[in-house]
Amino acid sequence: MARGDRRRRERLRWSKLYSFNCFRPGAQLDAEAPQSLGGPGFSRIVHCNQSQIHRKKPLNYPTNYISTTKYNIITFLPKALFEQFRRVANIYFLLAAILSLTPVTPFTPLSMIAPLVFVVGMSMLKEALEDWRRFIQDMKVNRRKVNVHSEAGQFCYKHWLKIRVGDVVKVEKDQFFPADLLLLSSSYDDGICYVETMNLDGETNLKVKRSLEVTLPLDEDEAFKDFTATIRCEDPNPNLYTFVGNLEYDRQVFALDPNQILLRDSKLRNTSYVYGVVIFTGHHSKVMQNATESPSKRSNIEKKMDRVIYFLFSILVLISLISSIGFGVKTKYGMPHWWYLQPEDDPTNLYDPKKPVVSGIFHLVTALILYGYLIPISLYVSIEVVKVLQAMFINNDLHMYDEDTGNPAQARTSNLNEELGQVDTILSDKTGTLTCNQMDFLKCSIAGVSYGLVSSEVEMAAAKQMASEASGDPDRSSTGQWETSGHRPSEIELECGISSTFEKARKPTIKGFSFEDDRLMKGNWMKEPNASTILLFFRILGLCHTAIPELNEKTGDFSYEAESPDEAAFLVAAREFGFEFCKRTQSSVFIRERYSSSEDPVEREFKILNLLEFSSKRKRMSVVVRDESGQLLLLCKGADSIIFERLSKNGKMFESDTTKHLNEYGEAGLRTLALAYRVLQESEYAAWNAEFVKAKTTIGGDREGQLEHVSDLIEKELILVGATAVEDKLQKGVPQCIDKLAQAGLKIWVLTGDKIETAINIGFACSLLRQGMRQIRLSTVDLIAQDVKKAAKENLLMQITNASQMVKLEKDPDAAFALIIDGKTLTYALEDDMKNLFLNLAVDCASVICCRVSPKQKALVTRLVKEGTGKTTLAIGDGANDVGMIQEADIGVGISGVEGMQAVMASDFSISQFRFLERLLLVHGHWCYKRIAQMICYFFYKNIAFGLTIFYFEAFTGFSGQSVYDDWYMLLFNVILTSLPVISLGVFEQDVSSEVCLQFPALYQQGPRNLFFDWYRIFGWMGNGLYSSLVIYFLNISIFYDHAFRAGGQTADMAAVGTTMFTCIIWAVNVQIALTMSHFTWIQHLFVWGSIMTWYLFLLAYGMSSPLISKNAYQILLEALGPAPIYWASTLIVTAACNIPYLAHISYQRACNPLDHHVIQEIKYYKKDVEDQHMWKREKTKARQETKIGFTARVDAKIKQLRGKLHRKIPSLNNPTVT
Amino acid sequence: MMNQAGGSTSGSGDAAPAPRRNSKRPKYSRFTQQELPACKPILTPQWVISVFTLIGVIFIPIGVASLLASNKVVEIVDRYETECVPKNMTNDKVAYIRNAAIDKTCTRTLKVPKDMDQPIYVYYQLDNFYQNHRRYVKSRNDAQLKDAGKANETDSCDPEKTTADGSPIVPCGLIAWSLFNDTYRFTLGNKNLSVNKKNISWKSDRNHKFGKDVYPKNFQNGTLIGGAKLDPNKSLSEQEDLIVWMRTAALPTFRKLYGRIEVDLKENDTITVTLENNYNTYSFNGKKKLVLSTASWLGGKNDFLGIAYLTVGGSCFFLATAFTVIYLVKPRKLGDPSYLSWNRNPSGR
Repeated sequence: MARGDRRRRERLRWSKLYSFNCFRPGAQLDAEAPQSLGGPGFSRIVHCNQSQIHRKKPLNYPTNYISTTKYNIITFLPKALFEQFRRVANIYFLLAAILSLTPVTPFTPLSMIAPLVFVVGMSMLKEALEDWRRFIQDMKVNRRKVNVHSEAGQFCYKHWLKIRVGDVVKVEKDQFFPADLLLLSSSYDDGICYVETMNLDGETNLKVKRSLEVTLPLDEDEAFKDFTATIRCEDPNPNLYTFVGNLEYDRQVFALDPNQILLRDSKLRNTSYVYGVVIFTGHHSKVMQNATESPSKRSNIEKKMDRVIYFLFSILVLISLISSIGFGVKTKYGMPHWWYLQPEDDPTNLYDPKKPVVSGIFHLVTALILYGYLIPISLYVSIEVVKVLQAMFINNDLHMYDEDTGNPAQARTSNLNEELGQVDTILSDKTGTLTCNQMDFLKCSIAGVSYGLVSSEVEMAAAKQMASEASGDPDRSSTGQWETSGHRPSEIELECGISSTFEKARKPTIKGFSFEDDRLMKGNWMKEPNASTILLFFRILGLCHTAIPELNEKTGDFSYEAESPDEAAFLVAAREFGFEFCKRTQSSVFIRERYSSSEDPVEREFKILNLLEFSSKRKRMSVVVRDESGQLLLLCKGADSIIFERLSKNGKMFESDTTKHLNEYGEAGLRTLALAYRVLQESEYAAWNAEFVKAKTTIGGDREGQLEHVSDLIEKELILVGATAVEDKLQKGVPQCIDKLAQAGLKIWVLTGDKIETAINIGFACSLLRQGMRQIRLSTVDLIAQDVKKAAKENLLMQITNASQMVKLEKDPDAAFALIIDGKTLTYALEDDMKNLFLNLAVDCASVICCRVSPKQKALVTRLVKEGTGKTTLAIGDGANDVGMIQEADIGVGISGVEGMQAVMASDFSISQFRFLERLLLVHGHWCYKRIAQMICYFFYKNIAFGLTIFYFEAFTGFSGQSVYDDWYMLLFNVILTSLPVISLGVFEQDVSSEVCLQFPALYQQGPRNLFFDWYRIFGWMGNGLYSSLVIYFLNISIFYDHAFRAGGQTADMAAVGTTMFTCIIWAVNVQIALTMSHFTWIQHLFVWGSIMTWYLFLLAYGMSSPLISKNAYQILLEALGPAPIYWASTLIVTAACNIPYLAHISYQRACNPLDHHVIQEIKYYKKDVEDQHMWKREKTKARQETKIGFTARVDAKIKQLRGKLHRKIPSLNNPTVT
Repeated sequence: MMNQAGGSTSGSGDAAPAPRRNSKRPKYSRFTQQELPACKPILTPQWVISVFTLIGVIFIPIGVASLLASNKVVEIVDRYETECVPKNMTNDKVAYIRNAAIDKTCTRTLKVPKDMDQPIYVYYQLDNFYQNHRRYVKSRNDAQLKDAGKANETDSCDPEKTTADGSPIVPCGLIAWSLFNDTYRFTLGNKNLSVNKKNISWKSDRNHKFGKDVYPKNFQNGTLIGGAKLDPNKSLSEQEDLIVWMRTAALPTFRKLYGRIEVDLKENDTITVTLENNYNTYSFNGKKKLVLSTASWLGGKNDFLGIAYLTVGGSCFFLATAFTVIYLVKPRKLGDPSYLSWNRNPSGR
């Protein structure tokens, strides 16, 4: 019993702190009574603890089963087939295949149907595999277990998918809520619980939920034995922040609000368990309602390819028309004379000279099938195969494998590989993507002295570069070294942000603490001149917070459960300085103080009299404490601007020094807070406290305002103590990655649900912002006007116009602008009449940061960028709140981190660290783009070259639709004889190696500028195809015209001519692809030369087969063509004639107009990079797009600044941090 | 009393155990890391010039050799379809050819322009005759030709499938039905030049495509008579004219081998040809030619191949020179970084 009591008391203590903010007297039904319950949109009825009722009508709500798959076993076939035949080309081939069963066909049905079945089958197989993977993921979630009330107060574990509406569930600490729940009670007596909603909105701070008072007694399993209640509430909707409903319990009605609702996919924290009733299950839950159907995305190249296919299709129709008119004419005027065709006797009407129009129309169909080779049927399937293999390379890339989490990169859909090479704008989430959501105490300024030797990466790199330039050796430029020395050493260096001397000392890291300065550590601070101020500083760190200590029983250390990670970092710092916060009671905080390492700690008690909460509006928090000597102190920490304006006259002693330090810290990307205190007089405090208590107990909406006002009264006349600098720990390699991406010419927008201050700090930390950048902040001011919305919009419009003017009028080319906007303002900015103005301004800015944006807004911003600029966007995020954005963007990348899988499930690619984005885009994207682009162009070439010869020949057969080639040749042409080389081009081609891609980010711009798939290139290749077809056909026809082609006097028949021509085609297109490739591994050699060999082998085998199969091709190679020199001679000349113009073209281009990758290939070829390392390094540093963001840009800016200093004769090169 | 056990069990079982992690690690291989050894040829000036020169060097001799071979071939072409029509019938040649009562014999004299070494190939050449018409090409059945037991297989032989009473025609189809039926006899002075009609078709055709036990049946028995009749007592594999004819030509102008004269002819020899002008080309204004030709290792007389080789070879020499000039006039040191885009226009874009 005693134990239970203690626990009860402890719970009280825990929650008391937070109750401060959500204190609310009783359940009030009167004022906020939901108006329309039971009406449309509010018809849901939940019978608590009677889930069986919900199994049947009319309350037949779905189970908690979720499915994100596109198909199921029954719908797969029709749906997937429908998807396949949404492609125009496939419909065409389907029609052709059907028509091939009728007499109009020029080919055998098999040769039409087999490729179609193959192509469609392959694509469907791929779809099925991808959907299967989704299904497995869903099942993992569905099979999670939760404790559910079965009967008579017994709880048992059930799979999530078995949960029904009305079930009472018990969720334990650190578990996800399986469905949307109504909170009944928690392990705390006052029915509160802490919830982490990171998966919903990306916010990492804990939210407090509070149950109704009437349900508080239901806090044991047995209590649910005969618990019944009815909930009437709104219907399922996607709105995360509203809930309307009421609870009928105990014959009374209580209003419910979002405070009592626990949403699926959020997590229970700091609370050992809660009981709840399931309200919305499965797809009815708010998070699932928010999930939009994952759109099937298609890459730009593919869309363009469709247009080319339409173009080819029009050509196809055109030549078919020509040929059918020709046929009609020939049939009408020629046919009656061609007695050997017996034109009189034709029941099918196909060749009836008396009905030339009918014959012509029939022939149109024939011709459409015959020239189908213009439209590469195998193009789609080859692209699918290539993309799957490319995706395999992405999945297997060890450079994108994260050892820590054990996750490799994953291309979840392979449709978009080449799109990775064309990205223009990256929209990134912050928490979990750029940052790890962990704070490190790095520096502080106390009494005007800056402590903390650990320097940030920017300072270090700048110092190095300055040093090397001063010594006149540009080779040693830091950026150069950073890049050349590969990644490993430099990354560690930059990552830790410390100079090598401290590297060892820092290794045994304490989470949240990277401070390094002997002046303060180990009690040395006592020897500093301002020891008393330092003492106060440490006490503020230890006292002014809302955290709770947790004793780790194994190590005896304390860890801290804090609302925000920076608070935890402060407490860790205080502990390391010798001020260990060890205990919090309802009214006191206990700190174990140890002034020097030899002393034993002394536990001191500080009475917490008042706690003035932090809010984003106040930007500060304070505590009023009474120390052991009875002195009353107000300790305050907050944003520097806020604190500075509240300083007393004698409190400004260190203001100028501290300001300087704060600027330095800010520059270094650190998150800063100023600390101050005030000694209170008893009488003054007593008066103020009375007012405070009054305000606190006010009932009504104005309570907050009053509290704020009262707090204001005492938080003044402060005395500045110092400032802290905390590093919001970035994910590994983020600054470098952003730097590289910026150099590759990519624009980066940060969209975060976080506070504006946090976002700006991160902007600094990852070099999206820097000192000297002009920040444009768009915000809504609270206006008192008739029409608030209109006024706000007008105001915003003015802000945007002004800012645009400013950007336009800026003369300095080095000036950079940053746009910072918050979610509320964004609502207006995204409206139709404003969005273009806003977008234009945003595009002109070097970096854009949107704060406090909802998931929906993230998606809207993404759409705005995507549609407004017409360029390719990539969205990257890790949480469920990023899903909308990930789905909206052209490419969605999910971070497969620790939390949740929603983002990954919705994404097209998943990587486990932001830094892998660099390799994903610069290497894989670049390669895939070029591969696919070249491959498609080549496909067009190949099929035009082949298809047109059929047309020419037909003109010589009286347009009768006869093909010169054997059906089998045509069947094999696309499927076997030319498919593997082009696949090897699409899979293995590398214009430059991956190292070069990374070293020369500017090469990436070839993708966004679309150098390899513009109309010029496409038509160039088509022209090449046209030329080749002419050469192949007319050379062969002339060579085999009418005379004997062998010493034996035999003349060539159709089989001989067709086979020779086909041999020429095989040679020409394969030599062509060999000329196109720049990277030959044994695979390419095997495929290209193997294809040619295969053709001869096939011809041999085909010739050997029964003459019933091979017909006129029987023994053709061995007997007729092989021994004929003219056969080989014609192959040689046609192949040469086809490829010489292309060879001349590429030689000329390389000679006179080399592209970047040409030059780099040459440098590598001649090993100049090894011989002339100086040049190589210089080019690497130059090879970037001009950028105003990123690490390098910042180093440049810093150098400019330092150089300025140097001129003013302030040499501070060696240690720029301690000045 | 409180249910503490429930509170202490931590629910998040997501933490992956170590072995599972390892299994996700991609295995290293040079293939999956795209690091296979590769040769990366680039078009250096040396390469470009030498490739073009090499093509020229190879092609021009081939071209010369082809032209020489073609020039060695002696060819006599005699167009006879107009001259063989009697003067009084020139206005209605179709009536002439259709009238079986008129004697179609016609005599032509050919002068040998140059010495012709045996074998001298005799061809007939038709013009404007669409042997490659789809209706025509399809109209045959290989199974029937090969196998005596499959006489009834007349699929795709429309419209020459069966006789009026339904019994199958062997060989069926339009091709066989329209077999060429002009005949030639040659005399040199008063000596008969025998024409060897053996082995004028492909050996594989005789042995495997046309059955040795398949005999013509119901052939040319219908009301419509197409071309030649076949000897019903000779098996199809021996009917070499048919076998040659059945190899449909690719173009509307074609030659087919008629036979071989295995006697050397001297310059200025005069050959008298006695021919039966039976075949109807008058309906469609087709020409008929008789061709006597020798053959070189490259086949018949055709200058095109040689000219083509010389042209391509010549243009390669031209290109080689042109590129030499380009490289001399506008030299670019390969791998010269100043050609990189960021060095060419330093403003960036």
